[in-house]
Amino acid sequence: MMDIDHETLVALAKSWGLFYLIALSIGVLVYTFWPGNRKRFARAKLIVLDKEDRPWR
Amino acid sequence: MIAGLTATERQIGLVLAGLVTLMGAALGIAGRNDVLGYQGLLIVVFGALVMIALLRNLDAPEPDESRLAEYYDDPIRFGIVLTMLWAIFGMFVGLWVAALLAWPELTFDAAWASFGRLRPAHTTGVIFGFGGNALIATSLHVVQRTSRARLPDQVSPWFVLLGYNLFCLLAVTGYFAGITQSKEYAEPEWYADLWLVIVWVAYFALYIRTLARRKEPHIYVANWYYMAFILVVAVLHIVNNLAVPVSFGSAKAYSAFSGVQDAMTQWWYGHNAVAFFLTAGFLGMMYYYLPKRAERPIYSYRLSIISFWGITFMYMWAGSHHLHYTALPHWVQTLGMTFSVVLLVPSWASAANALLTLNGAWHKVRDDATLRFMMVAAVFYGLSTFEGSFLAIRAVNSLSHYTDWTVGHVHAGALGWVAMITFGALYTLTPAMWKRARMYSNTLVEVHFWCAVIGTLIYVFAMWNSGIIQGLMWRTYNDSGTLTYSFIESLVAMHPYYIARTLGGLFFLAGAAVGTYNIFMTIRHEPLPLSRRAEALGTDRPLVPGE
Repeated sequence: MMDIDHETLVALAKSWGLFYLIALSIGVLVYTFWPGNRKRFARAKLIVLDKEDRPWR
Repeated sequence: MIAGLTATERQIGLVLAGLVTLMGAALGIAGRNDVLGYQGLLIVVFGALVMIALLRNLDAPEPDESRLAEYYDDPIRFGIVLTMLWAIFGMFVGLWVAALLAWPELTFDAAWASFGRLRPAHTTGVIFGFGGNALIATSLHVVQRTSRARLPDQVSPWFVLLGYNLFCLLAVTGYFAGITQSKEYAEPEWYADLWLVIVWVAYFALYIRTLARRKEPHIYVANWYYMAFILVVAVLHIVNNLAVPVSFGSAKAYSAFSGVQDAMTQWWYGHNAVAFFLTAGFLGMMYYYLPKRAERPIYSYRLSIISFWGITFMYMWAGSHHLHYTALPHWVQTLGMTFSVVLLVPSWASAANALLTLNGAWHKVRDDATLRFMMVAAVFYGLSTFEGSFLAIRAVNSLSHYTDWTVGHVHAGALGWVAMITFGALYTLTPAMWKRARMYSNTLVEVHFWCAVIGTLIYVFAMWNSGIIQGLMWRTYNDSGTLTYSFIESLVAMHPYYIARTLGGLFFLAGAAVGTYNIFMTIRHEPLPLSRRAEALGTDRPLVPGE
């Protein structure tokens, strides 16, 4: 089995770990501010306040 | 409750309870020469009680079809009661442990009442018993309402709720008997851990199946937090508890990890238990019950999404800050420290989102103790996440680690954030679940609120003082380069703070007891007459019967 030494792990964390988190942050921001999602978020905010207490069928 | 189950569901329940009883019997027989035998016996008794309850109602008439037009709330009601019972138990043991530290003779020379056994009984009682039952009950409420869908069946919620409480009972009784695998917040041994895996997978499946039935196209953000809580706790629990039992007849198992890897796995688990059990789940609670109670939509829905992903992805890396100045590689410590500091951003985003939701409704906060519970929770959430990021910095940690400052920090989070948001949610949920206009007594909610706030403040200030004094005494050197204070001198200096802490705990427990009484009295009250229900629900039109 290949030996994963300390240096390898540090290199991985400092490169791919970093890229993965940056990519993820960009992805989340794009999703959050995507114009097409504006309507569904605006609606989602209000569903909590609905007084109706029955499942929809 | 059992009358609400169909005949088939009762039979399935009977088979499941029978299987659990058999499993318990097998465990008891295999472990008859070990303390494990008693744990098997406990499972048998638990399974048998469920079977008896089902058998007594096995031939009850079929429930009405109209139930399918309503949400399934029976397990939620049961969960609320269990939550309060665990609160009393867990907080009472906590008070005892606090008193034990001030007056060591309170262990009464009994092995089962020694600090090492009482302490996990306290942490498990409050975190898993009180917190866990509150999370299960509220999550089943929130997922149904925000999905506008009834739970998919009537057996699995009971399996999850009762199975989870069986786990908690096994854990706590095991500690008193001396069973522990010595991993903080993961003390139960292999058989209880395996059982929790089964229960937790059922919980995950139940949640996903309900979401799959949703009529709302978008999944409301509270569900994301609850899902993260369920999913990540499953992963953490399975990995951290990988162990090989000595034999099937022994309670003892040995961890798959050793040395620093074991420590890192444990604190990856331990910190994410704080992150996903005590934070993500309760944030889910906050994002539903706070807007609901304030009757105002959340200040920024987008911010709640950004903080969700921030919290879920950054918390995963923060655990190593528990292992500063250990054999853990320095860069792993630095990684944990860095992520802990950055975590402040999504944490404060959530706290700010909650407080800004209340901005413009401060008169409601002033008048309504229930909403005030949630407001104080958001404030303490902000405070304790700031403190957490600060304590994770290596240089600060060199002063705070091993001192009562850590204990104070944990309780600022546990009392100030977790318990306060839970009580706020329960006071919102209880009248709704039992169709009451309001709680039995609003005055008692006020009393509970002030007991909880005073108790938390006394506790946290006592531990801040004690922890910093302790840390300073342990690092004060004299002219000849040796320590100025002996350990026992620092212990004597702690005594007044330990007494103060016990007083703070007493206030908090008293508040919880008042809350429990209030909830039980709300349940016992007669249902509200139909004519007054419209006003109670806040609708301006009268409800017609059958609607």
